[in-house]
Amino acid sequence: MIEVKGLSKHFNVPIKVSGLSATIKHFFNRQYRRVDAVKALDFSIKEGEFVGFLGANGAGKTTTLKMLTGLIHPSGGSVNINGHTPFDRKKEFLQDITLVMGQKQQLIWDLPAMDSLRINAAVYEISKGDFDERIEELASMLELKDKLTSPVRKLSLGERMKAEFMAALLHRPRLLFLDEPTLGLDINAQSAVRRFLKDYNTRHNATVILTSHYMADITTLCERVLIIHEGGLVHDGVLSELIENFAPFRQVKVELGSDVDKETLSKYGEVESLNGAEARLTVRRDELTEVVSKLLSEQNVLDLTVTDPPIEEIIGRVFQKGSVS
Amino acid sequence: MTMLVHKIRTFLSVYYAHMLEYRAEIVFWMLAGLFPFILMGVWMEAGAKGQFALSAVDLGRYFVAVFIVRQMSVVWVIWEFERQVVEGRLSPFLLQPIDPVWRHVAGHLCERLARAPFFVALLTAFFLFQPDLFWLPSFQNGIAALAAMVCAFVLRFLIQYTFAMLCFWTERASAVQEFWFLLYLFLSGLIAPLDVFPEEMRDFALWTPFPYLVNFPARLLVGLETDLLRSFMILGAWMVVFFVLNRLLWRLGLRQYSGMGA
Repeated sequence: MIEVKGLSKHFNVPIKVSGLSATIKHFFNRQYRRVDAVKALDFSIKEGEFVGFLGANGAGKTTTLKMLTGLIHPSGGSVNINGHTPFDRKKEFLQDITLVMGQKQQLIWDLPAMDSLRINAAVYEISKGDFDERIEELASMLELKDKLTSPVRKLSLGERMKAEFMAALLHRPRLLFLDEPTLGLDINAQSAVRRFLKDYNTRHNATVILTSHYMADITTLCERVLIIHEGGLVHDGVLSELIENFAPFRQVKVELGSDVDKETLSKYGEVESLNGAEARLTVRRDELTEVVSKLLSEQNVLDLTVTDPPIEEIIGRVFQKGSVS
Repeated sequence: MTMLVHKIRTFLSVYYAHMLEYRAEIVFWMLAGLFPFILMGVWMEAGAKGQFALSAVDLGRYFVAVFIVRQMSVVWVIWEFERQVVEGRLSPFLLQPIDPVWRHVAGHLCERLARAPFFVALLTAFFLFQPDLFWLPSFQNGIAALAAMVCAFVLRFLIQYTFAMLCFWTERASAVQEFWFLLYLFLSGLIAPLDVFPEEMRDFALWTPFPYLVNFPARLLVGLETDLLRSFMILGAWMVVFFVLNRLLWRLGLRQYSGMGA
C-alpha cells in the first residue's frame, strides 16, 4: 500500500547570530546552512497496519508525514501510495487520506462543528444519507453527540480534538496520518481517542501511521514501530523486538532488611533510585543472573522483582545515545 | 451538476453564518471605508469654483459611486492566506480535494451579503441629508456598472491572491500589497477622478489595472462618459494576466511550501 524508497528532504536554514552587527551583516549577506531533515528512508506499510512513528523532537517524523501526504515536495526518493505519488495531489488520492496534526484546526472557530462538517461533506461529495449515518457513528464512537451544535470556541480542548477527528474522518479515509493526535489532552480524553482509533482501524481496515510522544499511544495501538533518528530510519519492527534490541537492561527492584547506602548498591548495577531500604537498579541483561545471585547471597533481601524498563526509557536511551544499529 | 449546486449552497450558507458572527466588525470595516465622503467635500468645493471638467454635483455623485464600488470590492485574502501559511493552517485545506481558494471566495461573497443591510442603511441616511446628490442610473448604465463592479472585485481578488502566493517564499507578502496600495490609491481614481489628471498621466493610467478597480465602474454608475468596449477589454486582459500568474505561482509555491508551523 505504501512504498517509500530513498525518501529524503533537506532545507536551507538561514544562519543568524544575535547582536546588532550580526543583524546588519545578515541583512546584506544571508548565509544558509543545509539541514538534512530526512535521509534516504526506505520502508513499506501494508493495508490495515497500525504503525507507530517515533523519534525525538526534530528527528524528521513530521517532515516524513508531510511528504507521505503530499504536503511538501521531497528533495529525493519516491513515495507510492496505492499507485499515487502524493505530491501530484490527485483527487482520488486526497479522497482516500487524512492528516490530523495535533491542534491544527480545520474547524471554523466561531461556528458549531456541525457547520464545518457540512462543508467537509460537500467537499467530499457525501450524500445526505451517508452524512447522517457517519455523523451518528462518529459522534457515538467519540461521545460527542450533544456538542456538535455548540460553537467550536466554546468546546474544551478534548472536545475540540474529537470534533477535529470527526472532520478528518467524515469521508472515511482508508489511510490516516496522525501527528500527535493526543497532544495536550487529559488522561480520559487520551484513552477515549485511543479507543476510537483502534475501533476505526478494526472497523474500516484503515491503515494508520501515528506519531506521538505519549508512549501509551504507541504501546496501546501500534504493533509495529518505525524509529527515526536524525533523519534516518534506525528501527523497523514489532514493539517487542524494539525492547529486545534496545533494552539490554532490566530493572531490579529490591527491598532489603535494613537501610543501605548508594555506594554499596552501585557495585551491582546503576542505582536509579534509593529510598531507605528500597532501591531500583538497572542491570545489564547478560549480567542479570550473576547480579541477582550476588544480591541474594551478599545482602539481606526481603523482596526482589525483575522487570523491563518502561518503553519511554528504552526509546529515551535510543535517542540519547544515537548509537542505534 | 447537482453536486456542484449542493457544494455552492453549502459553502455560501456556512460562510454567511460565519460572516454574521462578525457583524459588528463589518460595520466598523464599512465605516473605515468612508474616506470617499471626506474627499467628496473637498472636491465639490473645488468643483463649485468651476475649475474642472466635472460639475460639483457630478463630483459629489462620483465619490458616492466610489464608496459603493469600494464596498462591493473589498478584498482581504492576502492577510488571511498569509496567516494560514505562517500558522500552518493551510495544510489541512491542501489535503482536501478542492482548491483552498474557494473557501476564500465564499467568505468574500458572503461578507458582501452580510454587509449589504448596513451599507444600504448608510446610503439611505446619506441621501436623506444630501437629496441633491441622489440619482438613479439608467437601466443600461446600471447593468454595465454592475458587470464592471463584479469584474473589479474579481480583478482585485486575483491581484491580491497572486501577491498572496509570495507567502510561499517571503512569509510577509502583505508588504508587497502595502506598496501596491500606494499605486492603487493614486491611479485608481480613489483620491481624484481621472478627469482631473494631466492627459499624459491619464492615458498612462488607463493602461494599468488600477482605474478599472474604482474609476471605471464608478463612472458607469454615475453615467459619465466611458469607452465601454476598450475598458472591458483592458479589464479582461488584466484578469487573464493575473489569473495565469496566479496559477503559475501556486504551482511553484506548492513545491516551495514547507508546511511550517504544522
